[in-house]
Amino acid sequence: MLHLRVAEPMRECEYSQISTRSSTPMETPYKKRTPKRRKWQAFPGRNKFYCNGRIMMARQTGVFYLTLVLILVTSGLFFAFDCPFLSLQLTPAIPVIGGVLFVFVLGTLFRTSFSDPGVLPRATPDEAADLERQIDVANGSSSGYRPPPRTREVVINGQTVKLKYCFTCKIFRPPRASHCSLCDNCVERFDHHCPWVGNCVGKRNYRFFYMFILSLSCLTIFIFAFVITHVILRSHRYGFLNTLKDSPASVLEVVVCFFSVWSIVGLSGFHTYLISSNQTTNEDIKGSWSSKRGKGNYNPYSYGNIFTNCCAALCGPLPPSLIDRRGFVQSDTPHPIPPTNGTTMYGSTQSQSHMMCSGEEPVQDLSCCHTPAAE
Amino acid sequence: MSTEFHNLQELRHSVSVATKVFIQRDYSQGTTCRFQTKFPSELDSRIERTLLEDTVKTLNSYYAETEKMGGQSYLEGCLACATAYLIFLCMETRYEKMLKKISGYIQEQNEKIYAPRGLLLTDPIERGMRVIEVSVFEDRGSSGSSHSSSVSSGGSSQR
Repeated sequence: MLHLRVAEPMRECEYSQISTRSSTPMETPYKKRTPKRRKWQAFPGRNKFYCNGRIMMARQTGVFYLTLVLILVTSGLFFAFDCPFLSLQLTPAIPVIGGVLFVFVLGTLFRTSFSDPGVLPRATPDEAADLERQIDVANGSSSGYRPPPRTREVVINGQTVKLKYCFTCKIFRPPRASHCSLCDNCVERFDHHCPWVGNCVGKRNYRFFYMFILSLSCLTIFIFAFVITHVILRSHRYGFLNTLKDSPASVLEVVVCFFSVWSIVGLSGFHTYLISSNQTTNEDIKGSWSSKRGKGNYNPYSYGNIFTNCCAALCGPLPPSLIDRRGFVQSDTPHPIPPTNGTTMYGSTQSQSHMMCSGEEPVQDLSCCHTPAAE
Repeated sequence: MSTEFHNLQELRHSVSVATKVFIQRDYSQGTTCRFQTKFPSELDSRIERTLLEDTVKTLNSYYAETEKMGGQSYLEGCLACATAYLIFLCMETRYEKMLKKISGYIQEQNEKIYAPRGLLLTDPIERGMRVIEVSVFEDRGSSGSSHSSSVSSGGSSQR
């Protein structure tokens, strides 16, 4: 009976809460009717999600489609125009090997482009507040001017490494992590943002990226070599001009492969060097571990020998995604700070405002699969 | 129905009022997952030093085993590459298996040691492997009645 008397004024409050603003954290009936959202729909970074969160890419994907078209068209022309002649004149193993390489290239490309590169989820409001408190204590809590950039130093294997504070994600970045400005995410072991694959290359998809460029080098060289062979063999029999007339696609393939070979093989060589020395593109470009910086400067992450470095990068354990994009948003726990919000908000007031503002842009683009956004 | 509502409300109030202590990552050995074993001073009054340190040390050892690069992980990596990573459609990676084991361990520790002391450990995987979040609850017995009174007084002030 006591509860009934208390419930009455509560219900009146709930309705008045909806009409005004969220000042006290209250359960509203509105909340119950809201369908459960998946975490990818509330993801704060600038990524696109397809197939209900299974596929994750960067926002700009135009160049990725160009890559796909180039590979498909060149390989398609090769199988259609050059392979029949070559398999008859030389060996049917040529289209078979070409086919295997082609499938491997596409598989690794999709795996690189569609997977989570190792995105670090943004700090929860409680964590961010705790860090701010610690930083204020360390700085002597000043106001009125912007405090100096926040860094923390840590000694790793004898080398001093500076951890930077990320203002967007409100975390101290782990070593080797970096914030991608295109995707607006901190990525672990950030290598670079590759527009050709339409995604960042980081801890979780570096091995797929390397396999992709390696197999693409092989495929490009393979197609280049066998198209030239085809043209030469045919020219011996029918003359050069007749050959060009019969198989005009070969010219296109040679041109595409010629220009691709330099860049792709060069890139494979560069990444082979990076893997063997256990560096990221980011570190190499900045010269973080270069001996030019100082006598005692060395890479603290290297295992010392090339073989172990290669094994670690390519066959080491694959960590799972930290962002759990297909999980459901827990509506009663505090959410990470949305990007537009400048002030730190904590606890249940945050969750309430999250419920209220449905205008938090869902960064998905449901071009792929059938399921609607709301389940 | 409204009675249960009211109790859930109280629970949520006690969660939001709780303070949180964060045990940060220890990067002194590189990027492998390790948490600092330094005892946070805020928990001095709530739990014995050795209990928390033991939990963190055990977690560290589990994470080290997960990320260990040895014969088994190489074999798994090579097998996965050979099957074009399709094998993971039917099989869990070693990492995922270990994470499940760690989850179970944390839950067991919560039930046995931390909940009776009004604390709750959050699995680091839910915080992006950045921190071990220790939620400190206030004494729920006394706060329950005070919360209901504050809610009703809040309600009356709205009118």
